[in-house]
Amino acid sequence: MLNKTNALIYFLAFSSGFSIMGIELLGGRILAPFFGSSVHIWGSIITVFMLSLSFGYLLGGKLSIKRPSLTKYGLIFLLASVMVVPIALFAEPIMAFIFTHIEDSRYGSLLASTALFFIPTIILGMISPYSVRLLVTDSEHSGQVAGGLYFVSTLGSALGTIITSFYMVLAFDVNTIILGFATTLGFLGLLAIAVNQLTNKESKHV
Amino acid sequence: MFKWVMAALLLTAFSAYADVIHQERSLYRNILVEENGDLRCLKFDEKTRSSSQSCMYKSKPQKLVFNYTKLTFASLLMIDNPQNVLIIGLGGGSLSNVIHELYPAANIENVEIDPAVIKVARDYFDFKETDKVTSKVQDGRIFIKRAALKQQQYDWIILDAFNGDYIPEHLLTKEFFEEVKSVLAPNGIVAANTFSSSKLYEHESATYHAVFGDFINVITEKNSNRIILAGFDNMPTEQSIAERVKKLRPLLSPYDVDIKAISKGMKSTKNNQDWPSDTKILTDQYSPANLLNF
Repeated sequence: MLNKTNALIYFLAFSSGFSIMGIELLGGRILAPFFGSSVHIWGSIITVFMLSLSFGYLLGGKLSIKRPSLTKYGLIFLLASVMVVPIALFAEPIMAFIFTHIEDSRYGSLLASTALFFIPTIILGMISPYSVRLLVTDSEHSGQVAGGLYFVSTLGSALGTIITSFYMVLAFDVNTIILGFATTLGFLGLLAIAVNQLTNKESKHV
Repeated sequence: MFKWVMAALLLTAFSAYADVIHQERSLYRNILVEENGDLRCLKFDEKTRSSSQSCMYKSKPQKLVFNYTKLTFASLLMIDNPQNVLIIGLGGGSLSNVIHELYPAANIENVEIDPAVIKVARDYFDFKETDKVTSKVQDGRIFIKRAALKQQQYDWIILDAFNGDYIPEHLLTKEFFEEVKSVLAPNGIVAANTFSSSKLYEHESATYHAVFGDFINVITEKNSNRIILAGFDNMPTEQSIAERVKKLRPLLSPYDVDIKAISKGMKSTKNNQDWPSDTKILTDQYSPANLLNF
């Protein structure tokens, strides 16, 4: 049963998967001027993304217990949008500060990825479990719903990776792409909230 | 034309009989040392012949093999005795060895990201390290950033970190060149081994020009690498170049460097820009160098 609201949730989960991997991929580009492009740069970035996603899953699951709603779901997107913006605005001074204080580029890059990506990725990680909660109606289909959700969001991640690395870096500045992700996430959050308000009004009228 | 065909045939014939005397997989690449009679070469990939990074004649190790390595010595037409030399990208270490022989008093710092390359240079290519000649395992960008913080200055900076297949994109941006410029001593020179074809040529030229102003392209063979000489204050007069050629010629000929022929291949970009003026400059924000290199 795919009603319009569910379709919207799947689409939002797809977009969050797309943004997460798009941002992760640009992470390598953002760190390179200060920490180089050795293999440990990717070690730092992937570690931080995996770690913050894992915390995000926990938090998102916990948040979904109390009166879940599409509005709260939209608010997660809005918050993610706001938290992504500093990556574009403050990466330079943050990395310059870490560079002058930490000689070893392994720990420098680990700290820099933490400073830049930890919080936004936690918030983006909250989206998956919250989506499952909004979509599941009975325990019998819960596994199927979760599977479908993982499918959609991981497909988004795959496309986010390839489109960012193959095409977007050729057309835009890194910061433009990051701000593009932030704008998209913010817009989708507002859309979810608007849809929720409208359907609430409709159900009151009926 | 015939000469080229013969050379190509000879090389193909030779590479068919090359013996691999050392092979290892490093953190970054496959490293191969091949031997062909008197010629010993360092390669980063087994498939393509063009991937030779550095070669040496075993009987005459001081003789330079590659054209681009020889072109690098055009730098000496622009500066006096270099005191502090920085080389980013070691390869077999032949540049470092020759510069050390020419200027025993000069400090030479080699920076190479791959520790395995340094080891192979020592073991198979006679790369010499002394108290004046050092090597460091580090990303070139980080090294130069740290050097700038310590306010170090170099009067000859050689950028040789690109191999044919892959460009470290953070070493081809406006911000990186600005950092290079900040560690360049007054009257010093930057020599970069780069490309002479592909779409990247224009972006690269525009980026160098944005940071250093007019620069000199050194090209002596078509479809070969070019050396960019940048960072100088004044274009030397023909007369001063001719004088330096005269002085350097006997010094450089043992290394098979024909400095006179090389001086003829120098061409300033002043009033002679061969890229469209609206070419996009490569920056840390926009640096898809590998995607542009086709």
